[in-house]
Amino acid sequence: MRVKQISIFIENRSGRLREVTEVLGGNGINIRALSLADTSDYGILRLIVDQPDKALTVLKKANFTLSETDVIAVEVKDEPGGLARVLAILGNAGINVEYMYAFVEKSSNNAVVIFRIEDIDAAISALKKNKVTILDNSKVTKI
Amino acid sequence: MIWNEKYESMPIDERKKLQLERLKYVLNYAYERIPFYKQSFDKNGIKPSDLKQLSDLSKFPMVTKIDLRDNYPFGLFAQPLENISRLHASSGTTGKPIVAGYTKNDIDTWAEVMARTLSCGDCTRKDIVQNAYGYGLFTGGLGIHYGAEKIGATVIPISGGNTKRQIMIMEDFGTSILTCTPSYALNIAEVAESMGVDIKSLNLKSGLFGAEPWTNEMRDNIEKRLHLSAIDIYGLTEVIGPGVSSECQVKDGLHVFDDHFYPEIIDPETLEPLPEGELGELVFTSLTKEAFPVIRYRTRDISRLFYNPCPCGRTHARMERISGRSDDMLIIRGVNVFPTQIESVLLAMEETEPHYHIHVHREGSLDTLEVWVEVGEQYFSDEIKQLEVLQKKIAHEIQSVIGISCRIKLVEPQTIERSEGKAKRVTDHRKL
Repeated sequence: MRVKQISIFIENRSGRLREVTEVLGGNGINIRALSLADTSDYGILRLIVDQPDKALTVLKKANFTLSETDVIAVEVKDEPGGLARVLAILGNAGINVEYMYAFVEKSSNNAVVIFRIEDIDAAISALKKNKVTILDNSKVTKI
Repeated sequence: MIWNEKYESMPIDERKKLQLERLKYVLNYAYERIPFYKQSFDKNGIKPSDLKQLSDLSKFPMVTKIDLRDNYPFGLFAQPLENISRLHASSGTTGKPIVAGYTKNDIDTWAEVMARTLSCGDCTRKDIVQNAYGYGLFTGGLGIHYGAEKIGATVIPISGGNTKRQIMIMEDFGTSILTCTPSYALNIAEVAESMGVDIKSLNLKSGLFGAEPWTNEMRDNIEKRLHLSAIDIYGLTEVIGPGVSSECQVKDGLHVFDDHFYPEIIDPETLEPLPEGELGELVFTSLTKEAFPVIRYRTRDISRLFYNPCPCGRTHARMERISGRSDDMLIIRGVNVFPTQIESVLLAMEETEPHYHIHVHREGSLDTLEVWVEVGEQYFSDEIKQLEVLQKKIAHEIQSVIGISCRIKLVEPQTIERSEGKAKRVTDHRKL
């Protein structure tokens, strides 16, 4: 139920983001989703890719500072109130969201929201109880 | 205004006699009382009695900050602690400070040279001295304080910081003499201007500024904005504190109070003495100190010495305004900072690598210190708040060692220059 996310430390220098994407592209790795958190000095690029293990290896080789984090990918109806319903489930279960980002599925009426949550297992069971679809690695990489 | 005409305007030959007599005494005194000097003289095959004339001093070994650190805290004192009435300290090259001890007589000597310094700034018993140097282990605050009291002036021991209050007191108490670091003087000027204070109407007459390098351009700027006469004062904890030398109103070099502190200029590479007027490293020997005498202390400050008499009437040797350092010490907001201090903090912290680079900037009139640290895999978190906690922790640890705040910038691994020899750890962006 968990999805592997790769986080990369990126200094605010021109060309750094391009270098990451070139390393991935050059190795045939496809980005499925991404978000960039930034401060005045640096940013953290968070990626969901189709081949996480290979991505880790090639980025490490290119001297990037990385970390691997487990996140969950949740299918949310692409309609008003869709996200609010999911957040209400988590909120009622007393679960905090550290950060999240979303993208829209190409071939359906759903959006996919990536959640980083401290207590992932509690989140999974709360969402399952409420019949929310959680995507696993293989499904996410096929989006 | 000359505080002690007898000694400050003494005929040069007469002073040389006095210096020789005192030098012989202090060499013996240090040799007999401080094991470090005995060993160091013996190792170099030289005895105090080998000093026949002043120039013989250059045959004696020198003492460095590292020697002082190795003998931390009291190893170079010539008197037992019961005879020490005060301790001060300044930064060492790593975590431990350099400690200076003073006997009752040393405190009197210090007050004497500070009274001379303040008199150079036209301070009399009618003046009101606002002393914005820091009080505490730092020698600046109490050094000025005792000198001003000796003159009989009125002292406001306000210490540094709280600039708006400084300005209020300046207006309300009628401060005539301001003492602080030159950058703080500029800061006071800026704040006073922004508060709309009519600086011209204040009672300010002169300012004694030191503890950090500054330029004549900065002097012009301060004088114009604060409407006072600004003089450069010099000193260091290892020698006594402020009061080693001071400009007079002629403002052409700093008079070294060389009946108490004997100056030499050496080539920092060959360590050979340099003739009058050559640029080199200042070396001082204390002639009258009891608790913590120093024989040929290498200051690392770059200057030159000249001996022609000054129109003010003083006959002391004069030193040129300090133009640099022969080591990597930085002076930031009046505080001495060594890159090795920062390195020792990073080495002691589990989360960091000892790869760093220091950037010093001057924003307005205040110096800022920024330390770039590489983010290692082991402590990289994908949550910004965790990285911010780390930044704060490093900044806090560094501040606890160097005594001033700094900003930590996290950079990618392998981006800080590695060097085979002496790595370049510092970029000073200030235009001094």
